[in-house]
Amino acid sequence: MSEDIFQGYKGKALDVLKKYTARVWAAVDVDTTRGLFQGTILPRAENTDDEHIVLKIITGYNIGVDTNTITDIRETGYKKANYQIPEKQFPVTKGLPYVKLFGTGGTIASRLDYRTGAVIPAFSPGELYGAVPELADICNLDTEKIFAVFSENMGPKQYIALAHAIVKEIRNGIDGIVIGHGTDTLQHTAAVLSYMVQNSPVPIILVGSQRSSDRPSSDAALNLMHAMFTAGTSDIAEVLVCMFGPTSDEYGLLHRGTRVRKMHSSYRSTFRTIGDTPVARVTRKSIIPIKEEYNHRRKDKNVEIYPFFSEKATMLYYYPGMKPDVMFAMINAGYKGIIIVGTGLGHVNKELYPAIVKAKEEGVTVFMVVQTIWGYVHMFVYDTGRDMMAKGVVPLGNMLPETAYIKLGWVLGQTEDPAKVKEMMLQPICSDITEREPYNGYLVLQGGVPEVEDFIRKVHK
Amino acid sequence: MNQSFDPEQNYEQSRKAIGYVGRKEATQADYDRIGFMSGLEVHQQLLTARKLFCRCPAGKFNSHDDFDAEIVRHMRPTLSELGEYDGTALMEFKTRKNIIYRIKNETACTYDVDDTPPFPIDPVALNIALEVSVLNKMNIVGEVHITRKQYLDGSIPGGFQRTAIIGVGGKIQLKNKTINLIQLSIEEDSSREISDVGHLRIYKTDRLGMPLIETVTHPEFINPDEVKEAADYIRFLNRSTGKVRTGIGSTRADVNVSCRGGTRVEIKGVAHTKWMPELTHNECFRQWALVHIIKLLKEKAGDEKKWKMNSVKINPEEFNFSYEPLQDAKKNKQEIIAIHLPGFRGILSHFTQPKQMFADEISTRLKVIACIEKPNIIHSEDLVKHISDKESENISKLLSCKKEDAWIVLWGPIEDIPTAIETVEERCRMAFNCIPNETRKALTDGGTTIFERVLPGADRMYPDTDSAPIPLKNEHIEAIRKQIPIDIFDRIQQLKAWNIPQGNYTYILKKNLVPLIEKINDELKISPRFTGTFLGHAMKFVENNFDTTDDFSYERIYDLFKFLKERKMDLNIARKMLIEYYQHPKLDFDSVLTYIKFKPVSPKEIKEKIPFLKEKFKQIKFSKKPEVDGKWIMGQVSSIALGNMNLAELKSEVT
Repeated sequence: MSEDIFQGYKGKALDVLKKYTARVWAAVDVDTTRGLFQGTILPRAENTDDEHIVLKIITGYNIGVDTNTITDIRETGYKKANYQIPEKQFPVTKGLPYVKLFGTGGTIASRLDYRTGAVIPAFSPGELYGAVPELADICNLDTEKIFAVFSENMGPKQYIALAHAIVKEIRNGIDGIVIGHGTDTLQHTAAVLSYMVQNSPVPIILVGSQRSSDRPSSDAALNLMHAMFTAGTSDIAEVLVCMFGPTSDEYGLLHRGTRVRKMHSSYRSTFRTIGDTPVARVTRKSIIPIKEEYNHRRKDKNVEIYPFFSEKATMLYYYPGMKPDVMFAMINAGYKGIIIVGTGLGHVNKELYPAIVKAKEEGVTVFMVVQTIWGYVHMFVYDTGRDMMAKGVVPLGNMLPETAYIKLGWVLGQTEDPAKVKEMMLQPICSDITEREPYNGYLVLQGGVPEVEDFIRKVHK
Repeated sequence: MNQSFDPEQNYEQSRKAIGYVGRKEATQADYDRIGFMSGLEVHQQLLTARKLFCRCPAGKFNSHDDFDAEIVRHMRPTLSELGEYDGTALMEFKTRKNIIYRIKNETACTYDVDDTPPFPIDPVALNIALEVSVLNKMNIVGEVHITRKQYLDGSIPGGFQRTAIIGVGGKIQLKNKTINLIQLSIEEDSSREISDVGHLRIYKTDRLGMPLIETVTHPEFINPDEVKEAADYIRFLNRSTGKVRTGIGSTRADVNVSCRGGTRVEIKGVAHTKWMPELTHNECFRQWALVHIIKLLKEKAGDEKKWKMNSVKINPEEFNFSYEPLQDAKKNKQEIIAIHLPGFRGILSHFTQPKQMFADEISTRLKVIACIEKPNIIHSEDLVKHISDKESENISKLLSCKKEDAWIVLWGPIEDIPTAIETVEERCRMAFNCIPNETRKALTDGGTTIFERVLPGADRMYPDTDSAPIPLKNEHIEAIRKQIPIDIFDRIQQLKAWNIPQGNYTYILKKNLVPLIEKINDELKISPRFTGTFLGHAMKFVENNFDTTDDFSYERIYDLFKFLKERKMDLNIARKMLIEYYQHPKLDFDSVLTYIKFKPVSPKEIKEKIPFLKEKFKQIKFSKKPEVDGKWIMGQVSSIALGNMNLAELKSEVT
């Protein structure tokens, strides 16, 4: 009970509230040595000090009152806030496709929490509709919250549950799937679904937002609209990430689940296809393919599911001067596969060799990807590369490091036989390794260069 | 409909009916009659090197076309933490504006366009805000909470302004009354609008994010002059710190006005205090006119709940419109809609402000909410006829208008028409029972305003989850308190209590002489009124007309008075002594007396000269006026009397 009355307050602040029998959500007059403060007591964020009481004053602002200055608190009323988006019944429109939205938490479905003072995953997808009514013009929507976790807390258990949920819907004849997801590990989930759910007859779209939906300029609404539209109507039956193309509210890009990467910690247009072009561009009215080849939508329900994931995969980000003990530790801990993220074309120094040899002896398969993110591993160019291959390191082409880790987990979930693991890792799935890199697969514009400045001025970045 | 209706006459009559008077003719009785009430929100840019939440330079501005990149955003309403949508938010959303930001690399970074979370608040700005809060005698908060305040007009790319309260309460003292303050906040400035046409609004981001403080008063002004006086006072107080920006746009006020039965309407961004009286005057009368319309509509149109407006699409082929905007609408395949407003005769042309009528309220809302550029309507009570009488009659017939009804014809792009019709209905329904809560924009005529937005409420405030609260310790506040300039409010109070004539205030406050007056009063028992007047007149005169050396300080006035007091001399001689002493501060006071040729004479001796002088005057009498003899005699004795006796006392002896 006391929990409810004094939400988030502890120590001195809690003592003061108890002393004057003042509750959270009570309207109060607070006398202090700095004068009178009037307002409503708000819950206190958990990771803050115990020396202040938070008031919402009549003008709508929040202030903190120093408990050391308080001489009296008088309750004058009580009004508990009811933070809720009206959960509306999504209308059924004949002729529109049926889309299933899975909620997993993350920024796209979030609201403010006073205890942590932060954004927490809490909007039900139904509430989301209350906030983005335009969705009703795009599709018929059914929603299901399968879990509510921060993106960084997504793991094997969630991957498998999600794969099962998706496959069930597809077998029930849904026209498209949308998954709301936090952006931090969106690329990992996109990759894992590319492996676990194969040969889907319908689009499986992952979507998030870089600006929480509690702010007016949020990209959540537009991302959702793009995702729903793609899931419901697009011909591209693949696992795709749908996020802002430019930072402007203009169009979204559809990225293949195995080739996409979050490239900026806070930009809206943070997701980029690496080493290739995105599959398509999406606006609220159209989907414009960029790639000519993709899996087309089908009328059957013959989806395949491989719901496996082992936690015996790990990853090692190499740095110059690295000692082999780090890798020995991984081997000793029982990991069965290691992705080394090497420098340049895929290199580590010779000091690591004993560990690589040890790995092979212990049946741990070691793979190589590159820190440069862009480009292929190429281990024939220098001696070190050839040495390592001789010692059993397997180059993974232009597979992205995060994708490689996810794939390894998925493969190890099915077999720990090194030969089989190697074979499966090298078998390209959903373009995780591509045969060629198009000239426009690598694009990092350099600011300051006249032609780039000219481009930025004319085209919305 | 009655063709004999004369809108011009109706406009004049309605103006008279509400008792509108021009600002110059208006008296306090007029303002009391309509219940004038006003409050201020004064924004002041702070003089800092950087913006408030990022490291971009503050105070660098660029022209409209000087930019490096453009970004497009849309603003959607969101729920407040109390679970409610804000009114403005919903309205802005209806407008569906494309908002373009023009960015100059030098002055805006990814924070400004909301692609990077905020950096810690600029400490210099925070301290200036604290200093002004202390000056305003405010209760300083224990912890500064950065709050997000929604702005869906696009003036801030994130859709919200980061803002925080530094102090609440406090007061300022005007000539004749005390004005209570509500709060002082620190906040980021907004983008500057370049243009706003149809569904496209363009901003530039140079000013965006610069630190501001906002001082908010209670609505305690009862006439337009007080509004200006307070705005000047706040501006003066802010400037007295020497840490705020001056120049165009650096101080801007939002002025809240209401009349009796009216509502809080906010006139935004008034850049000159001299405009405030006319603006508040007209706004108050505008609301008074709307109150009158409520009464008229109750009589003419009855119950708002039963009132029904209907609209009909007009086929331009069936009409022969010569009015150019209508011809253009037809040419551009826009939709033309006729709207029937039952019971609205005499309302559309009802006076609201000089050169504006009720129909203008509708037209401006159409521009803002439905994004249809003006001219966007014609109506049955236009002062200038845009269509022929015959066509007017046809529209009337089409809508089956009765004598007491009115009509509006509007036009615009097809996709904007539903919002446009809704907007007309909404405004007309509001006319039955309320004065809409709105913000208004001053027109360049300096006196009237037009609708800008629906007034946002407290529901648009959110805690900023990107920023931690900042505790303000007592020691920090005390350190600030030590460095604040003279407390103008206190000083003025004291000068008043001492009964010092007001003309001396500026000089005394500017030179920080109140402590000296106090000391002379306490130790020498010389009245502050005398000292204050002496300083404000004699001291100022001497300073303006003579030169001195570094040895002179205002403390010497104390020494001078002390000397005269000890010698039991009359204080009026001080003025004469000061002229000499100011130029030669090294002289001792006896020498000063010698220089000015002072001779000690007893009052008795001086008085004894009077009968002789009276006789003498009778002989040389040059005027028949009775008071002249006294003046002549005083002229003869005062130079001897100065310093030896009180001249007022001497004067009573003479007359």
